[in-house]
Amino acid sequence: MVSFLLIILASLFFMGFVIRTKSIASGRKGPGILQPMKDILRLWKKGSVYSNTTSFIFQIAPTAYFTSVLMAILMIPHGSNPGFISFDGDFVMFAYILTFGKFFMIISALDTGSSFEGMGASREALFSMLVEPAFFILMGSFALLTGHTSFHSIFSLLHYGSNISYMLGVLASIVFVLIAMIENSRMPVDDPKTHLELTMVHEVMILDNSGFDLGLIMYTTHLKFAMYGAIIANFFIGMLPLEISIPIFIGIQLGFAIAVGLIESFMARFRMGNNPQFIFILTSVSLLIFFGVLLVLGKFM
Amino acid sequence: MQHISINNNQSIALSEIPELIYSEFMKGNLELLSGKPERHCVNYFGYKTSGSIKLICCIADDVVHQIFVSSAIVDAVSILPSFTAQNHNFEKFEREIHENFGIPYSDHPWLKPLRYAHDRFDKSQVIGKYPFYKVESEELHEVGVGPIHAGIIEPGHFRFICNGEQIMHLEIQFGYQHRGIENLFLQKKKLLERTTLAENIAGDTAVGHSTAFVNLWESLCGYTPDPSLDFARTVALELERMANHTGDLSGVCADIAYQLGNSVYGRLRTPIINFLQEWGGNRLGKGLIRAGKINFPFTQTLADRLTEVFKAYEPDFNEITEKLFKLPSALSRMEKTGVVTYDEVLEIGTVGMAARMSGLNRDIRASHPSNLYGSILHKPVIKHHGDVYSRVQIRKEEIRQSIGYLKQLIANIPEFKKSEEFTATPLSDRFVISLVEGWRGEICHCAITDHSGNLVIYKIKDPSYHNWMALAQAVRNNDISDFPICNKSFSLSYSGQDL
Repeated sequence: MVSFLLIILASLFFMGFVIRTKSIASGRKGPGILQPMKDILRLWKKGSVYSNTTSFIFQIAPTAYFTSVLMAILMIPHGSNPGFISFDGDFVMFAYILTFGKFFMIISALDTGSSFEGMGASREALFSMLVEPAFFILMGSFALLTGHTSFHSIFSLLHYGSNISYMLGVLASIVFVLIAMIENSRMPVDDPKTHLELTMVHEVMILDNSGFDLGLIMYTTHLKFAMYGAIIANFFIGMLPLEISIPIFIGIQLGFAIAVGLIESFMARFRMGNNPQFIFILTSVSLLIFFGVLLVLGKFM
Repeated sequence: MQHISINNNQSIALSEIPELIYSEFMKGNLELLSGKPERHCVNYFGYKTSGSIKLICCIADDVVHQIFVSSAIVDAVSILPSFTAQNHNFEKFEREIHENFGIPYSDHPWLKPLRYAHDRFDKSQVIGKYPFYKVESEELHEVGVGPIHAGIIEPGHFRFICNGEQIMHLEIQFGYQHRGIENLFLQKKKLLERTTLAENIAGDTAVGHSTAFVNLWESLCGYTPDPSLDFARTVALELERMANHTGDLSGVCADIAYQLGNSVYGRLRTPIINFLQEWGGNRLGKGLIRAGKINFPFTQTLADRLTEVFKAYEPDFNEITEKLFKLPSALSRMEKTGVVTYDEVLEIGTVGMAARMSGLNRDIRASHPSNLYGSILHKPVIKHHGDVYSRVQIRKEEIRQSIGYLKQLIANIPEFKKSEEFTATPLSDRFVISLVEGWRGEICHCAITDHSGNLVIYKIKDPSYHNWMALAQAVRNNDISDFPICNKSFSLSYSGQDL
């Protein structure tokens, strides 16, 4: 319950901080923190336009995408407070619930029959597929370290062992920051600001969505950012009481948003063909965590 | 004598141009070009004269600084062999002649409509039925972009044939913006109307095209401009070059999603165009260039202002340029992207930056100088890799060069006379060709008058005319996601091509 409310709260401000960071970095004042949410509210007041060539898939996909992320959020604990859904092996379900939503977005993009959206869908499918091993090696390592397989028990028991687990937490945060950037199609993998349909990944898939549906998809992106921020926060919260863990949560979300803004300001995006290599870095960092865990457990002796 | 040899902006009697039979005309011009990279065809066009069609071919030689002009009379029915089959420089020219007059070429490889002119020969050819190149394959897919684009650019259609993410072939179709500028030049009789037309051939090259026009017009009238006019035109041309190059650097940064470069270069363009506004009341330099006069003399106050502008511009420009050209993620996007080789640019016949990027020295400022360029002794910036990086480097170095030239020019401002109405009228039966190096490359205007001094034809060639083909070549075997950055690094004009 705590974690669900915190994530929703964070999602309202997250993108505002990213945009403000980018504005300041480029010497502008920038819009208000709530501007992205205001844009989404404006979209939510509008109706949607559907092309004649699309089927019901196109109409249900935004909702399916939104609910899948919402459901994934229900599984995320906040330190010692478990999420609404918590069972052994829930992180596997977490990953595939997210994939379910993404699957709907991909087939809805194909449903429009546009050649741009087909390109975007194929890129999105490839990139998410490459991210998957990183996520599972990482969560698997922590399961090995703690001897538990649910988010809640992994996170609450993480720091009982040695201090080296904080190091692993830092490495894991890096992986999750990058996963969040890739999953949300941000820089340096994709540039959400571009208007060039040939270079986009996620944005091109939603070219045909409008009004309420578009607002839903955009808000889902905010939710996903806040969700990954919450997972990162969990690596550090452990069993701390709420009055300490909530400020830590907010601080980590804020730092995450600023980091995203800075990355997007001061580097160019990658060439599309180099993205897979970049995404493989995640898997190697996850493997590093895996070997770290083996070290901690003394498996190398 | 197969051709007459003239200088840039030199007016000659129409009868001085040798009139050959087509086979000799073709042989002579192709021989002029074969194995001579310093020569290229600057304009080849036809016009109707008493029932038949007169073709005029102008070939510029950059070494002897001369333009070789010859002509031939043909009728529209007999089948002719094409120049293009032997030299691809003529590909667009012959497509245009075919479209306008219906001359049936026997061996032209690519005889498609060029811009769907309103007075085209075959009215059954409509823009919706453009015959695109097709590949039948299960593996390949087509991607069509435009004519309505997501960004704020002009209309043009790009048809890609891709193998996954890789571009196999790109075909670019134009004609959506055809306004009939060349015909308007004949219909509008007032000089002011014509000057305004010239300013609006391509909105981003207002100074370049209006300078080409006024140089041509003064020569046609037998008028020698005051040095102060040449001074103003040269200053305006260099300012336009600086502003557009800076804007393009900003655009390239936007396309590789380098936000800092995008905003800093974008900001740096503003003081330059604002200076043009201070000088002539228009940020694009419209209204500044007029035949035989100037309404806005360049004063010492303006020179001081320009020095101030440079003082603020240079440190920021140097700092961001240092950053951009050392940023690994930016370099990895620019290097080896969109390569066009020397042989390819030579075959296409590109001009301006699109030639200099691959080691082909084509710069009218050095080879056929007009206005004050003769005294500047310009040294063209030449790069050799033909990729996005070369094109960006050329911009960077040309901006620095322009600042140098401008500083040198404003150190010695000539006396401006009081503006008087230009009353001279064109001489009869004349031919003039005017070449100007605009920021994008060589601009060519040609005019012919009849025995009473009225314009018979006004022919315009924007640098984009040939350079679009270089873009189509550049993107081959590149990722389709690299197309925007290739396109921006060429930064070509749609309206200049469509006229």
